[in-house]
Amino acid sequence: MTSGPTAQQPAAAPEPESLNAAERLARWQRAGGVVAPVLTAVLAFLAGGLVVLATGHSPIKVYAGIWNGTGLEWFYEVGSHRVGLPFSDATLWFPWDTASRSAENLQQTLLLTSTLILTGLAVAFAFRCGLFNIGGQGQYFVGAYFAIWIGSSFGELNSFVHITFALVAAALAGAAWAGIAGILKATVGAHEVITTIMLNWVAYYVGLYLFGQGGPLQNELQPFSPTSNAVVEGARLPVFWGDPVLQGLHVGLFVALAALVAFWIIINRTTLGYEVRAVGFNPEAARYGGISVARNYFLAMAIAGVFAGLAGAIDMLGWRFSIGFSDIQSSTIGFVGIAVALLGRNTALGVGLSALVFGALVNGTATRNIPVDAFEIPEQAGNLSLTIQALVLLFIGADIVILYLWARAGQKLRVGTSSPL
Amino acid sequence: MSDRPVVLELRGITKRFPGVLANDHIGFDLRAGEVHALLGENGAGKSTLMNVLYGLYHPDEGEILINGEPVRIHSPKEAIERGIGMVHQHFMLIPVMTVAENIVLAAEPRRAGVLLDYVSARKRVEDIASAFNFAIDPQALVENITVGQQQRVEILKALYRRADILILDEPTAVLTPQEAQELFGILRGLTREGMSIVFISHKLNEVLEIADRITVLRRGKKIETLPVAGATEEGLARLMVGRDVLLRVDKATPKPGDPLLEVEDVKVLDDRGLEAVRGVSLQVRAGEIVGIAGVDGNGQTELVEALTGLRSIQAGEFRVAGRRLTGSSTHRILESGIGHIPEDRQKRGLVLEFTLAENLAFHEFDRAPSSYFGWLRPGRLISRARRILQEFDVRGGGPQTPAKSLSGGNQQKVVVAREVANDPRVLIAAQPTRGLDVGAIEFVHRRLVEERDEGRAVLLVSLELDEIMSLSDRTLVMYEGEIVGEFGPDATEQELGVAMLGGTLDEEAVA
Repeated sequence: MTSGPTAQQPAAAPEPESLNAAERLARWQRAGGVVAPVLTAVLAFLAGGLVVLATGHSPIKVYAGIWNGTGLEWFYEVGSHRVGLPFSDATLWFPWDTASRSAENLQQTLLLTSTLILTGLAVAFAFRCGLFNIGGQGQYFVGAYFAIWIGSSFGELNSFVHITFALVAAALAGAAWAGIAGILKATVGAHEVITTIMLNWVAYYVGLYLFGQGGPLQNELQPFSPTSNAVVEGARLPVFWGDPVLQGLHVGLFVALAALVAFWIIINRTTLGYEVRAVGFNPEAARYGGISVARNYFLAMAIAGVFAGLAGAIDMLGWRFSIGFSDIQSSTIGFVGIAVALLGRNTALGVGLSALVFGALVNGTATRNIPVDAFEIPEQAGNLSLTIQALVLLFIGADIVILYLWARAGQKLRVGTSSPL
Repeated sequence: MSDRPVVLELRGITKRFPGVLANDHIGFDLRAGEVHALLGENGAGKSTLMNVLYGLYHPDEGEILINGEPVRIHSPKEAIERGIGMVHQHFMLIPVMTVAENIVLAAEPRRAGVLLDYVSARKRVEDIASAFNFAIDPQALVENITVGQQQRVEILKALYRRADILILDEPTAVLTPQEAQELFGILRGLTREGMSIVFISHKLNEVLEIADRITVLRRGKKIETLPVAGATEEGLARLMVGRDVLLRVDKATPKPGDPLLEVEDVKVLDDRGLEAVRGVSLQVRAGEIVGIAGVDGNGQTELVEALTGLRSIQAGEFRVAGRRLTGSSTHRILESGIGHIPEDRQKRGLVLEFTLAENLAFHEFDRAPSSYFGWLRPGRLISRARRILQEFDVRGGGPQTPAKSLSGGNQQKVVVAREVANDPRVLIAAQPTRGLDVGAIEFVHRRLVEERDEGRAVLLVSLELDEIMSLSDRTLVMYEGEIVGEFGPDATEQELGVAMLGGTLDEEAVA
């Protein structure tokens, strides 16, 4: 009996040469997981270029301006420099100039990236449990409020203790806020999209009340400006790169990177992550297997809230230092987190990279970075920024189309490869 | 029969996919007015061959002849133009549209070039339906008609497009036995009108019933084409699988021990809040298989869900090895020694996106050595999975392969392996062989008997009477939420069948 080819392999065949068809397919799909988001981003920028072209300007000039504004060119400006070691007087040789113009731009990009990593993880973690957390913005607010309140009070505390206290309180506040939606989902089945949106508005109006004119947490020294008290010196996150006075890069970046690692470990290396993923993929099967679906809905939302709450805290303690009426009204960073998570495919590495893309995009398209001659009116640059962000979101829709086509191609493959018994 | 003209011929069709030869120089011919069955296990290459014919795949080698004329078919559209119609396993209908609208879709009769001429569309559908003796209401919405009727709509779609060759891909997989009989009636009517039918299946009894000729495929190769006269289930099974298959289960006499599963007067509600299980009591002893027979929807599903903690129990109680488990969580019940092979392996039994190692760890992941204090040990999961996959001869992937890329038979092996590896005292198997082919069915059956002989109590719930009769040491018949009869191993199909419909033999004699 001549048997079919590789499909006949016994179960475990570790050598790469003798991959069976199923493993080959799995590889393809994994490759698809990388290709599609990259294509998405590229297509979005191409379409953005067409928009610029349609307004009669040079997309190349504009994109060059954006690129320079992101500060990412810093990485290839290699030279020989002596730079100061952070938090000390020592200097040492370093191939990059840490004080150049592009270094300053890069600091701003990374400042945004840090926050976006956290708001992105807030969406991604819930997503892994099958929940669509639209409430990142509200959880960010709640975290920010607690960070401001604690950061502007307790001035007598030791700096390290003060910062830790503020971060932990903000994380717990975010967890509690998101946990409300989790509990409602777990107990009465209220849809998390609806409840998180409502909680966003509650957080928004609570902020306007707290820090607005006559609010309980309004600035004591300036009773006529609707803003909070400032975070005291000791509660501010240390700046390790750039000028602390001019929004240098603070250690919140490491909080965000640690959160990425924590996300990966929880999802892939803990029983909690196993349960969350099982519920996310197939709640019926999870229930059948004895996993409590309700408990995981709650925990996944609460953990998502921790990430978003931390995002609010590092913004407040890292560079904003106070929150005003208009800051609350104009804040959208929690929503950008949705785009970050979707483009990053809800994985740790993906969220990290897509947060960098979005951070660079938002910073690069800031009005000051677009060449003056590219637009008559500088504000157009900001509109372009929003346009490109919108296009990326749109193309994430296209991303799903690409995936669908990919899956269809995969299915055709599978018809042939599903192995005989 | 053999003097009829050949309407379709496939010569030396070869189709390769990366790493797999799906079709290896397959020859196939179809004569006017015959039903030619294409028989083979899952993955034998049946669907690939028909997708080549229907223009969905392009063959790497070989040619297609229609009425003796070589043709190239590049798309389903071209296939339809050449008179080939295909009814897929999953229907491609729009639920919110009427039967008539679905049938004329993409080939609508029009008024003034743009407007749908609904009146003449309905008229033409009615004409075709009556010409072929189909009972169907053209104005009904597709979402309101039964699955069997939806299948008829698919067939009518092909007829409306003037198909004279009809390909049916596993048409009975979604039908009840009664609906399958109706389908066979329709197919016979069609062949009388000169239609030629390719009938893809892996069910032996059906093929013997409806086909004129049978072509058996195995692992991408054509094994044999034979006339139905003289063919037997055993012979076909051997051709399909490549070895002798035990269609009957070989088992020793049971040696029942202590009762391990005791159910007392259990009452359970269904999703609509109606009482689906109305006071069921039963016992399963160590070392015996108790079968629950019954027509679908008589409370079997709810009973199994109640015994596994997935559905709450209104009244009564049940014990496993003397331990009362009424009202316990699924987690606790599984830990207390119940293994559960669920009736829907794709919906419940497996997380399709998980790897096999992860799926096999379903009852294990939160215990040492799979995890310590909440920390998962992926290496342990993988090595444990490798051992289990080998023991249960699961093919088509290793521990790191996602479950969704396995064939149905191998997926079910994974489920069975997991439940057995958990070393349960009571094994509840609900429809354990649904949708499986002969080789896999044989495996599952043999394994259930082995588990019985190991001293486990096995509760088998199945809609297949054959399965119940060949495996059970005792058979309980469930009807409208109650156990209406208990039978020994030598009960006849007739006795069970009558009880399943709520009667007794005496009553039938009176009627």
